[in-house]
Amino acid sequence: MSILVIAEHDNRTLKGATLNTITAATAIGADIHVLVAGSRCSAVAEAVSGVKGVVRVLLAEAPHLEPLLAEDLAKLVTTLAGEYSHILAPATAFGRNFLPRVAAVLDVAQVSDVVAVESANTFVRPIYAGNALATVSSDDPVKVLSVRPTAFESAPEGGSAAVEPVPAPASFARTRCVSRELATSERPELAGAKVIVSGGRGLGSKENYHALLEPLADALGAALGASRAAVDAGFAPNDYQVGQTGKIVAPQLYVAVGISGAIQHLAGMKDSKVIVAINKDPEAPIFQVADYGVVGDLFVLVPELVSQLG
Amino acid sequence: MKVLVPVKRVIDYNIKVRVRADGSGVDLDNAKMAMNPFDEIAVEEAVRLKEAGQVSEIVAVSCGIAACQETLRAALALGADRAVLVNTDVELQPLAVAKLLKGLCEREQPALVICGKQAIDDDSNQTGQMLAALLDCGQATFASKVKVEGGSVIVTREVDGGLETLSLELPAVITTDLRLNEPRYATLPNIMKAKKKLLDTLTPADLGVDVAPRLKTLKVVEPPIRKAGEIVPDIATLVSKLKNQAKVI
Repeated sequence: MSILVIAEHDNRTLKGATLNTITAATAIGADIHVLVAGSRCSAVAEAVSGVKGVVRVLLAEAPHLEPLLAEDLAKLVTTLAGEYSHILAPATAFGRNFLPRVAAVLDVAQVSDVVAVESANTFVRPIYAGNALATVSSDDPVKVLSVRPTAFESAPEGGSAAVEPVPAPASFARTRCVSRELATSERPELAGAKVIVSGGRGLGSKENYHALLEPLADALGAALGASRAAVDAGFAPNDYQVGQTGKIVAPQLYVAVGISGAIQHLAGMKDSKVIVAINKDPEAPIFQVADYGVVGDLFVLVPELVSQLG
Repeated sequence: MKVLVPVKRVIDYNIKVRVRADGSGVDLDNAKMAMNPFDEIAVEEAVRLKEAGQVSEIVAVSCGIAACQETLRAALALGADRAVLVNTDVELQPLAVAKLLKGLCEREQPALVICGKQAIDDDSNQTGQMLAALLDCGQATFASKVKVEGGSVIVTREVDGGLETLSLELPAVITTDLRLNEPRYATLPNIMKAKKKLLDTLTPADLGVDVAPRLKTLKVVEPPIRKAGEIVPDIATLVSKLKNQAKVI
């Protein structure tokens, strides 16, 4: 039996989370096939075919797969599922959306947010906002796993898999994508960034968030993130949110500015390699996980940091 | 139209859980329990649709032990019209809950099911999507805006990098994200009224569902604890440490 990994992409480029998911598949140990479903996305399939460990790329192209709705993707995956012992997707907004649909149709459990593979049927996953790690096993005939990308390395290049077309089932038709508003940014993507500058309620306003953090992010080549409090207060867009219910990140350097460090926020960033916290409250819980803390007025300290980095 | 809102009883989100020393799970004895925060948002959204005249009846559902009645009473106090408890002492996993909800949907025939996107205990983020699959209906997860228009619902969802708007034919399943609304607090008169609202109890057998768990939990442990580092006196020291000690810049 082989493993099927579902690629995340935007029809033009492959998303990095797919490479982490392929590494998780390698840890299970079987032939790895990758499904690229979309519209005019053969460039993505070519990119996947060059990833080490991938032996086959399945390419399903159809105009109705352009927005890749959960209904359509789940139907396609379930038609292919018979040949596979494991079906994996990244635990991102993309994977979380469609993968449980696959599991339900196959009448099997899904293991969400896998952070370690112990064997072909035993996996480790965080529960309670990462305050506990559960080791779970599944006897279901197909293991459906969403993989936490930050827990696995990126699979390197070095493959030469064949790309084979597979037919796409008819459109689900009762769900339609009306519009998409995707922000374009020069900055690295939050999920895979090496450095993240993240702001919290301490910044006080949307204007301050941008005026203080953008120069710092520029100086560090960083992605911008935010705590839930900052997002709720409208300082930053929704998809900037780092935490239990937002994005899970693990950069080389995470700079938390004006973030107190609620457990829900820590759940999203405590696996970062180095954490820096800047906060006026010396009792803020963020200092309990920070490698380096600076206590003081962020409105003075952040510009000072920018000038010293420059 | 009728809306079904599943609500889960979970540990209160302010409480930091403790892992049992024997690795069998987390210690919930005497812990304060509450409605899953995303489910509160789901109830609130249903109530707002009713207040806007687009919904005629809201049925709150909970699956689990008898104490889930408290969670259902909380949903009734927020504005649900009646409640159903699917009572079982078996540990319920998302697939089992989705099957129970499917059984209830067949009885109740709601036009819309509004679920929380994930429960803050097992953090699975599966049940709504699984239910939509079992009902073979459309789904809109991580909703930040919901609008009912005739036989459809228009949902704006939070996706990586921005927003996506879907139009779904009813019946459909929606899962709520944080920004959909801010749930109200139940008022004392509404808490009193909720005590008189209808609460039916069923069992998984009544719905013909096998709820036996599929995943076996072998052990539960504390994650490795990150040690606090040091407080540095000034930015110059910070920059020097990041360069020379941590070597990340």
